Amino acid sequence: METKALVQIILLLPLFGAAINGMMGLFWPAWRSQEKLIGGLALAAVAVPFAVTCALFFGFDTGHGDADHAAGEIVRYFTWLQAGSLSVDFAYQIDQLSLLMTMIITGVGSLIHLYSIGYMHGDKGYWRFFPYLNLFIFAMLNLVLAANLPVLFLGWEGVGLCSYLLIGFWYTDLKNSAAANKAFIVNRVGDFAFLLAMFIIFQTVTSAPGFSGTFGLDFATLLAPETLALFEGSTGLWVALLLFIGATGKSAQIPLFVWLPDAMAGPTPVSALIHAATMVTSGLYLLARLSLLVLDQPGAMVVVAVVGALTAIMAATVAITQNDIKKVLAYSTVSQLGYMFLAAGVGAFFVAIFHVMTHAFFKACLFLGSGSVIHSMHHVEHELEHKGLIPSTHGPKPHDSEAAQNTLRHNPLPYDGPFDAQDMRTMGGLKKYMPSTRWTFLLSTLAIAGIPPLSGFFSKDEILFFAFKFGYDGNPLFFAVWFVGILTALLTAIYMTRCYLLTFEGKPRWPAAMDVKPHESPWTMTGPLWVLAGLAVFAGFLGMPPAVTETFGLPESWIHHWLGAEYGGPVAEIKHEIKPSKGIEWLLLGVGSLIAAGGVALAWVFFRFGERGPEADGSVRKLMGIFYTPASKKWGWDEAYDAAVVKPVVEGSRKGLGPFDKNIVDGAVTGLAQSVRGLAGVLRGAQTGVVQTYAAALVLGVVVVVALMLLV
Amino acid sequence: MDLTWYLSLSAVLFSIGVLGVLLRRNAIIVFLSIELMLNAVNLSLVGFAQDFGDVHGHILVFFVMSVAAAEAAVGLAIVIAMFRNTLTLNIDEINLFRG
Repeated sequence: METKALVQIILLLPLFGAAINGMMGLFWPAWRSQEKLIGGLALAAVAVPFAVTCALFFGFDTGHGDADHAAGEIVRYFTWLQAGSLSVDFAYQIDQLSLLMTMIITGVGSLIHLYSIGYMHGDKGYWRFFPYLNLFIFAMLNLVLAANLPVLFLGWEGVGLCSYLLIGFWYTDLKNSAAANKAFIVNRVGDFAFLLAMFIIFQTVTSAPGFSGTFGLDFATLLAPETLALFEGSTGLWVALLLFIGATGKSAQIPLFVWLPDAMAGPTPVSALIHAATMVTSGLYLLARLSLLVLDQPGAMVVVAVVGALTAIMAATVAITQNDIKKVLAYSTVSQLGYMFLAAGVGAFFVAIFHVMTHAFFKACLFLGSGSVIHSMHHVEHELEHKGLIPSTHGPKPHDSEAAQNTLRHNPLPYDGPFDAQDMRTMGGLKKYMPSTRWTFLLSTLAIAGIPPLSGFFSKDEILFFAFKFGYDGNPLFFAVWFVGILTALLTAIYMTRCYLLTFEGKPRWPAAMDVKPHESPWTMTGPLWVLAGLAVFAGFLGMPPAVTETFGLPESWIHHWLGAEYGGPVAEIKHEIKPSKGIEWLLLGVGSLIAAGGVALAWVFFRFGERGPEADGSVRKLMGIFYTPASKKWGWDEAYDAAVVKPVVEGSRKGLGPFDKNIVDGAVTGLAQSVRGLAGVLRGAQTGVVQTYAAALVLGVVVVVALMLLV
Repeated sequence: MDLTWYLSLSAVLFSIGVLGVLLRRNAIIVFLSIELMLNAVNLSLVGFAQDFGDVHGHILVFFVMSVAAAEAAVGLAIVIAMFRNTLTLNIDEINLFRG
């Protein structure tokens, strides 16, 4: 089949899946209980596109494989918007970058759909969940396949909407709705910058001398050398910075990252798919897609690199202090996204995409693993409630509350407050009960920590190496960026190992651990875990650094060949005059592995091979020194936004706009009503209800009319 | 006979009817006054018809009489219904539509 039809299948199946499941569930309540049917349909709506993508991906013709012959094709369906010199097509670009992203989205998406069938089993909103998820896949595919900025923006807003719907999925809890609103509002700030960037691009191109015809913000025209020449200087800088601000919203960078940790209020598969593997990387995809434009602006590149590095270290320090397993992973995601932006800022866009890919694998695996853990801890919670060992949150209070008090006295929760299935302090020792979850979680932990030769090692080290290379070429600032990256790598290894040890090693810490036992999740959940763990282990070999490949005589980095502009791919990169020698490269690889191994070992020692529980956090606290307290308060970002934005808006409304509304707006409305009423009070006197009055008026009228006729 | 006589009588009858409608309080008398007005008009119609030698005036009178008959039936029914509800025929006291 030709590409046009195949792309149609890829795009439309998820949309149809969402429409069918959504409509049937909405209008036919009996449909809602058909879990197998709903789940199967939704899964097929993503798995079939995945198969089609595989066919396109493996059958892709890279052509000549050199810089002069860009591979890929553009499929046009119809003209979407036409006004003046603007003419936007519904067109999709099939090239190395979009195909790789589509592979990740549909592949990881299929696994997470399968996982969700098990995870969401029995949920009242099961029938709502899958249409949202399908719709998300559709929007995300629009985003990465788009051949122009408006269609990309359509997907960009679509994923934002699905993210909102899924964060607030359990909307009866006000906390969740608030988190959903926060995500949506913060994203709007970034979207606004993105829109401005598009306006500037359109204005610049269409007002250029010699421009005639129409322009649809398509990448082919935009990235052509003669168009790029228009963006030299401050216009290009503003475009690049505005695009980057747009990216900070979607991809959770300083200063717009605050929504992502709260987004964990959604179901865990959502956190894995949207808030770790796919949607949050779309900002980075945008920069990679427009890499030629961004590369021309060294000023913007520095901003991207510095913001990325700061986000990476800031989020890593917070992650180390968190006790909620999903919060640890959320901050870890922010930190890893910071790495990706660091990579983009040092001009290594293909490495950034490489890290997007490896991160999608290991972080999705970690999130799904945490979901599996939470799933079984919920089971523990219900058992405990059933036995009356903890106060019930749902049902009636247990009769023998005295017994419950006694048990709690002997077996207290390791912290104040109610039982929390996501709190790592109640876990421990889960490896005995959940072997599959444990092994996959461990493998992914080591991968993200950067232990060679797992995938995280190669992608992270390549990022750091490019930062170092930039510094080596005479930009000392980038040595600082590199150092921050190394420090973050150490912290990453520590906090992820801490997370693993607290969850799976040591002794169980929930009350009555002898009687109440968690259980392993069903195969629909462990299956995806194993697949993702396998990918997390082996995906790194797709992007091995030149030092390794040359020394061992292996073929060069696949990802570089696939994406790099010099081989006909769509992703440009920076070129340096002075390159570090192979010896330095090996040295850096060694440093990277040592840092990762050192971090893991350090955490292992702190926690005495998992024998010590949360009390070992004292050692972490000592290690972090004065940084621990502010980090545990999340560096006060939420409070700062509260003081700077939320409070002024609320107070201003209360003190300024509130009275204005009450007195002036309402005053005008009620004043009008009252004057009409007053006038009516006068006029109603004429309506006496006595027939003879009306007859008299009638006669009088006749007399007047006749008199006028006779006299005038 | 001169048309003026017919018209004068008609005008006098009509004016009596108008005054009756405006001034009397008894609903039935008001009703009778309306009939008087109608018949005053009938009188002028036949007067004109005779004077002009045109039969249309006569025909119109038949229409007026039949409509007046129908109106009388409905009107009396209303008066009876009103009386049953209010036990009065004084139309000054009946002002349900007062604003």
